[in-house]
Amino acid sequence: MNYLYAAYAATWIIHISYLGVLVRRYTRLRHEIEELKKQ
Amino acid sequence: MKRAFPVLAILTAVLLSYGLYQALVVAPTEQTMGDVQRIFYYHVPSAWTAFILFFVNLVASIVYLASRNPKTDALAVAAAEVGVVFCTVVLVTGPIWARPVWGIWWTWDLRLTLTLVLWLIYVSYLMLRRFSSSGQTPLIAAVLAVFGALDVPLVYFSIWFFRTQHPQPVMGNGGSIDPRMLHALLINWLAFSCFAALVCWSRYRLEVLRREVDETQALEALLEKGVPERGSSR
Repeated sequence: MNYLYAAYAATWIIHISYLGVLVRRYTRLRHEIEELKKQ
Repeated sequence: MKRAFPVLAILTAVLLSYGLYQALVVAPTEQTMGDVQRIFYYHVPSAWTAFILFFVNLVASIVYLASRNPKTDALAVAAAEVGVVFCTVVLVTGPIWARPVWGIWWTWDLRLTLTLVLWLIYVSYLMLRRFSSSGQTPLIAAVLAVFGALDVPLVYFSIWFFRTQHPQPVMGNGGSIDPRMLHALLINWLAFSCFAALVCWSRYRLEVLRREVDETQALEALLEKGVPERGSSR
């Protein structure tokens, strides 16, 4: 059972990590847009 | 699409939960491998979803080569990146299944090696997009995508035409499966496909927005420097 849980956990760790990367990129982009609006 | 996004997100969450329930509770335990076989309900749908995303990348790249439409190029990048994530899941869950069943984490079997090569091709594609500053980058990447996609049918059909250590196909080519197992497999495939569509759409929007910001910043920089007079560079 440990291998089964490890595989399912690994799948969601990979997906959630990628979603985290997307959120970070989006936050940086929002910041750049706000900077451009200020100018 | 803005209105459809939350609906699709809720549908995806419901399908993923239902898929997990089907995989862990409803699907019968396989006689020889036991519970570890249930990895199959995440491993196989992830592989099929990765293939679909690489196919989207191929179509978008061909359309870009024909039309030079930057939006199709943005879609190609998004599909390749999300495809690499799903392919990573395949390459991680496969060895976790192989260790208790085969007694080894990895073997240089044709199916496994071709899948690793497929992952490396699309990682190279993303590296090219990330680090090349040439104006021809989208064009070169589109050509790479067209040739890279040739590996997808090789991966898929490798277990049909060659003797490999990888399990044989469960559907087609004489394969058979318990209907409850098939149901769990297809539900998880549908769930992962919806999830991939959501993530790919978000990545596509991010890419389009990124390009708009880059263009605006370049324009700002030009305006700050002042537009050079005609012939002043000579």
